[in-house]
Amino acid sequence: METVVFLLAATAAVVSALGVVMARNPVHSALSLVGTLFAVAVLFVLQEAHFLAAVQVIVYAGAVVVLFLFVIMLLGVDRHEMLDDPLPFQRPLALAAGAVALFGLLALVGGTVATGGFSARGPALSGSEGNVERIAKSLFTDFIWPFEITSVLLVIAVVGAIVLVREGRPGEAEAEDGDGAPR
Amino acid sequence: MISDPLLSEGVDLTVVLIIIGKALFVFVLLLVTVLILIWLERKIVADMQNRIGPNRAGPFGILQSVADGVKLFFKEQSIPESADRPVFRLAPYLSVVPAFLAFSVIPLGGEIEIAGHTTYLQLAEIPIGVLFVLAMSGIGVYGVTLAGWASGSKYPLLGGVRATAQMISYEAALGLAIVGAVLHGHTLSTRGMVLQQGPWEGWGTVADWFFIAVPVSFVIYVIAMVAETNRAPFDLVEAEQELVGGFHTEYTGVRFAIFFLAEYMNMVTMSALAVTLFLGGPAGPEIDFLPHLWPVVWFLLKVSLFIFVYFWLRSTLPRLRYDQLMDLGWRVLIPLAILWLGAVAVFRVGSDQGWPVAVTLPAVVAGGLLIMGFLWLSMPRREPVVRRGSTSSEEVHRG
Repeated sequence: METVVFLLAATAAVVSALGVVMARNPVHSALSLVGTLFAVAVLFVLQEAHFLAAVQVIVYAGAVVVLFLFVIMLLGVDRHEMLDDPLPFQRPLALAAGAVALFGLLALVGGTVATGGFSARGPALSGSEGNVERIAKSLFTDFIWPFEITSVLLVIAVVGAIVLVREGRPGEAEAEDGDGAPR
Repeated sequence: MISDPLLSEGVDLTVVLIIIGKALFVFVLLLVTVLILIWLERKIVADMQNRIGPNRAGPFGILQSVADGVKLFFKEQSIPESADRPVFRLAPYLSVVPAFLAFSVIPLGGEIEIAGHTTYLQLAEIPIGVLFVLAMSGIGVYGVTLAGWASGSKYPLLGGVRATAQMISYEAALGLAIVGAVLHGHTLSTRGMVLQQGPWEGWGTVADWFFIAVPVSFVIYVIAMVAETNRAPFDLVEAEQELVGGFHTEYTGVRFAIFFLAEYMNMVTMSALAVTLFLGGPAGPEIDFLPHLWPVVWFLLKVSLFIFVYFWLRSTLPRLRYDQLMDLGWRVLIPLAILWLGAVAVFRVGSDQGWPVAVTLPAVVAGGLLIMGFLWLSMPRREPVVRRGSTSSEEVHRG
């Protein structure tokens, strides 16, 4: 049962991941991305990480990709895509980085079986507490430093985006108000 | 952790049949509710507008929705020339399936016994039920957005863009409101939330329901729920006067009916979640005659209260302007929800650590006022906008 679900979800994840890079239309790519995220969420459920699965769907499928779609629709980039490469060196670079990532992944997986290996089911599941308690405990004790760094990074990104948008036209925003334009 | 006793003794054929039966029951319940709701909405709105409303099909026109449904099923389904065909076909289902799935975690009543198995009156009890509803409502956004985009025509596209922005914005407020209740109730399971609000012990139980304990979360949830389901006064997504029909302009026949179904299912699901989180779920006076039935009745009665509010709002309030919508979401609801969340968290820690309420309450009030004052001072001031052809009643616009 577990193996069957794993094979189905993994296949779906890989196929839709291929769809993300192969589709000609950006909206189809975004949809394939949702498919990948969903399949990964199923894999999380299979590992009894219910909370991670829910958060995966809420944050990535429910918010991030919807914003992608919003930008695609708002800018109308769905018909003409840029086929000429502005950075000629990026293709070989991407290949090399992909090879390194694949090698690292294989080294990590070691020889453990896809499901039920120690790498996936370690001490995290022993004990009676639920998902949420365990994640909260490790986030706010062992991983408090990376957690805070990440949140600072996100705040910087938000502030930076606002500064870039506002730059060069102080006071102009006030005059624009009331015309019903999205801000 | 709570889990359905049905699954505790292994899974055999009877158990599978019971689960299928429960799924069918919930599905049929939702469908019938939607049929009745559509008729009820037309009747109630007609009453409020001094009209008669549907009165031809059946007694009081109650069969009107059935007639409309049959008509839609036999109509031709057209697909526009410039449409993206696979996505155009997919969109209605992306809308209706999450609406139905989200309802599956809502507890409808207590426990019943079928063929020697005890089971909850609830399709699925999962430890993160509340988050599951949020995830499904997040997926539901795709239905509307993609319908707008895939139609390949301008008004649906505008409706789709509006839907994306609106639903993302209000999902934040909705989520924060839910976190307030969950923090107070100490659990993410829907049944757990109901149990936290206590069994029925006379009318005093009402004071234990969470709309008393976390009132601000309740108010924010109700506002965000109306916006999230794209109902008036937040129905910019399908604003008839501006966008023809919004995202479903190009949809005909059954596909249009599915969108309609999804909208009403979402209303029911969101109301049901409100009842579960804030109004004690199926709790209500216990009556000896048919004891298993009454919780379901109380539950449905509470849900219909919210549904009535939906109809009431629709026939009372004019539609918001786009910038008013965004202001309400980002400048009022989300900051308020975050502040309130902080207050709830302080009380939570306070009661865990045994701090006296005489200290926590003034401290929270003072801190809240301080932050609110700071926010108010730092917000950019704006003059009331006077628009062409408008009266001076536009002072709502201060933020």
